Amino acid sequence: MKVCRLAFLLASLISACAAQPAKTSKPAPPPPRVEPAADAYPSTYHAGTSAPTLIRNATVLTGTGQRLDEADVLLVDGRISAVGHGLEAPASAQVIDGKGKWVTPGIIDVHSHLGVYPSPSVRGNDDGNEATSPTTANVWAEHSVWPQDPGFTTALVGGVTSLQILPGSANLIGGRSVVLKNVPSTTYQGMKFPGAPQGLKMACGENPKRVYGVDKKQFPATRMGDMAGYRAQWIEAQEYIRDIESYERKVKAGEKDAKPVKRDLRLDTLAAALKGELIVHMHCYRADEMATVLDMSREFGYHVAAFHHAVEAYKIANLLAENHVCGAMWADWWGFKMESYDGIQENIAMVDAAPGGCAIVHSDSEEGIQRLNQEAAKAMTMGRRAGLAESPEHAITWLTANPAKALGILDKTGTLEAGKMADVVVWNRDPFSVYALTDYVFIDGVVQYDRAHPPAKPRSDFFLGQPAAPGVTP
Amino acid sequence: MKRCLLVLSAMFIAQAALADSYLVRNATVHTLAAEGTIAGADILIIDGKVTAIGPGLTAPSDARIIDASGKTVTPGLFGGMTHLGLDEIGLEPALRDYELGLGAMRPEFDVMLAFDPDSTSVGVNRVAGVTFAVVAPTPAEAGGTIIAGQGSAATLDGAVLSGSKALFVDLGSDVSALSGGSRAAQFMLLRQAFLEARTPNLVLGQDQRLLTPAGRQALLEFASGTAPLVIDVDRAADIRQVLAFAAREKLRIVISGGAEAWRVAPELAAAKVPVILDPLDDLPETFDSVGATLENAARLNRAGVRIAFSFGDPESHNVRKLRQAAGIAVAHGLPWEAGLAAITRVPAEIFGIADRVGSLAPGRAANLAIWSGDPLEVTSVAEQVFIGGKLEPQTSRQTELRDRYLDRLRQNAAR
Repeated sequence: MKVCRLAFLLASLISACAAQPAKTSKPAPPPPRVEPAADAYPSTYHAGTSAPTLIRNATVLTGTGQRLDEADVLLVDGRISAVGHGLEAPASAQVIDGKGKWVTPGIIDVHSHLGVYPSPSVRGNDDGNEATSPTTANVWAEHSVWPQDPGFTTALVGGVTSLQILPGSANLIGGRSVVLKNVPSTTYQGMKFPGAPQGLKMACGENPKRVYGVDKKQFPATRMGDMAGYRAQWIEAQEYIRDIESYERKVKAGEKDAKPVKRDLRLDTLAAALKGELIVHMHCYRADEMATVLDMSREFGYHVAAFHHAVEAYKIANLLAENHVCGAMWADWWGFKMESYDGIQENIAMVDAAPGGCAIVHSDSEEGIQRLNQEAAKAMTMGRRAGLAESPEHAITWLTANPAKALGILDKTGTLEAGKMADVVVWNRDPFSVYALTDYVFIDGVVQYDRAHPPAKPRSDFFLGQPAAPGVTP
Repeated sequence: MKRCLLVLSAMFIAQAALADSYLVRNATVHTLAAEGTIAGADILIIDGKVTAIGPGLTAPSDARIIDASGKTVTPGLFGGMTHLGLDEIGLEPALRDYELGLGAMRPEFDVMLAFDPDSTSVGVNRVAGVTFAVVAPTPAEAGGTIIAGQGSAATLDGAVLSGSKALFVDLGSDVSALSGGSRAAQFMLLRQAFLEARTPNLVLGQDQRLLTPAGRQALLEFASGTAPLVIDVDRAADIRQVLAFAAREKLRIVISGGAEAWRVAPELAAAKVPVILDPLDDLPETFDSVGATLENAARLNRAGVRIAFSFGDPESHNVRKLRQAAGIAVAHGLPWEAGLAAITRVPAEIFGIADRVGSLAPGRAANLAIWSGDPLEVTSVAEQVFIGGKLEPQTSRQTELRDRYLDRLRQNAAR
């Protein structure tokens, strides 16, 4: 951590020097050598300061399965300070009358392409799939993120406070993902969730087959080809780990002829995934393919955190629960491709119903991310209709605590528990309604959206000076 | 031929024997007709038609009584302009029939010849309360033209509704590749197509012609204003050009998409041109829709423009989501009644089928849905659906998948 702070400091010093004209004729000293950093693209996000906020007398869904009626939520110094009844507000606190309003943790979308497939979706912005090779573990989604994507703002209005940006699913192994805080920033580093692990995006089934086999007449063209493709990569990664360990052993033993292993971006990523330093997220629709991937994860000794677009997860709900794998799903998408033909609206509720099941409502869509609460409401409704007990206080976990768990940030956000980041949404009514709107969205205690006081100008630079934009909300 | 007649009459007899009477009791009924909303109303359905709506109706002795206390009844919902029955699986080229890539302008291309009422999407969406939709073509990316072809409305029991034919045209940056690279050429091409249709004796070289003889004949129906052109266009400047073009050519038009239609609202209202918009369209997906906003529906409605809803990218599998989109328009300023009308009465009027679908009145076919609550609300479900007076079974491919695996989940969980 110290190393990366230093690297960051040095980097900012250099750019500060470059920005100023030289004052003397003396030649400038050569820039100091910068050591390669362990965390080379560090988060520069710092939550602004905020006055304490007390939300009073609201219906509170804590994200831990609890519902508190006529309860208070106190935010202090960017953290959740307390949740309960009759809380005292510090003298300096801003007080929000929560009567009739509902309070939930900030919504977390585990599957988004905002910034890498932004609006407008012109060719120049098409940055989500490095579809030039079926295995591109070397690419990082964050290097494609365009922070001016207007979709970040519309997602914020929908209550989204954190989101994972993934590479697309053209490739068997698509590259690293990044978790962002949904705050305005000129750089993606200014949005990067401090301390959140990166993920590794992998994809099953039709997409790699189609992009390479059908469109380019190359490997992989079949599902067995898909599997052979992943396994070959894992084997290389195992060898890479072995070589590095062997080199380190030799150095320790003082062997002079020890040859360092050449650094390889692709294998760095795969090795990190095998060592559990990156969280594996796998796009996989079909039940049988998910089961095959679970076998593969045992073959190579890694864990799949979540199957995304798990349209058939309901067929293996118990298997997923037993393996501690979350299913990230849509409420009602189906039929747009063969592997989505068996989609049903009870999918989320059925994955949830398996003992120990972990259901996540995800978007994969700049439209869906604006109303994950409504997607959850539909899933809850269909679950109830199928005789599964579903309540709002439980269903809210599908879009807060469970995605936080899958992203490895549940210790920081995802529930309204004292000490966690004050990522909080105040809704004008029960959020499980088509008519629900966010009144306030807090990120680390800072009001990032206030429905009664929308910003005078749109947040994205894209809209500035566009004659059509003045009527655009918010 | 004789054998056919025999079969037909046998079918007729079978249907007549099946015809049932129903009394739906004690519901809040949104008629979308002159009667408006009636609380505590009964609906009497005999031989496929609504025969009476009102409180305290007497049922014939053979009528099946459906207690709808606490429930809401609406006309069966509109699914939008869709690929229903044309698209079993979107990414499988052999399983979709909604686009033509012959590389030539063929307004005679009518997708209804491919319409398959047995497509699983039809049943899945019928169960969810959708009883009618427009089945429409879209231009093929490769070899398509700005004239996508013809479509019609159908009820989700598979009946095509006569007199609902429309011609679907796509304009703007989406299709500039299909018009030589410029949207200006889109008007040039349309102008020539109508000229060819209207001038039977026009002498043109083979390589100068846009249309086949069948195409000229087909386009003439639309040139005369008897059937509408549904023109997909988003940019405010393009909408103005479309209005001018339609006035010059004396065409009946409907704007579809219309992301920036709110910026042209007075002109649209004055020209009495309706807009079929996507209430969820609020991002500048292209530079044609920089002004996209969730308030589009509310602003157009306030300006007196007739609005109906459809998803911008034609749906097939999830058209049931359109009522949620209507609810979202309501959450963003549209009166609730206008939101419901935009997925019932108004689209029926736009496509000339308001005498058959989109509202409930004595004498009309009984197309209706009984809802557990507010039909625009995501926590409500369609509990029963009638099409043509027939109580549709509440089963689909999806309910069968659900039931099979729900049983397994329960057995496994119990172990």
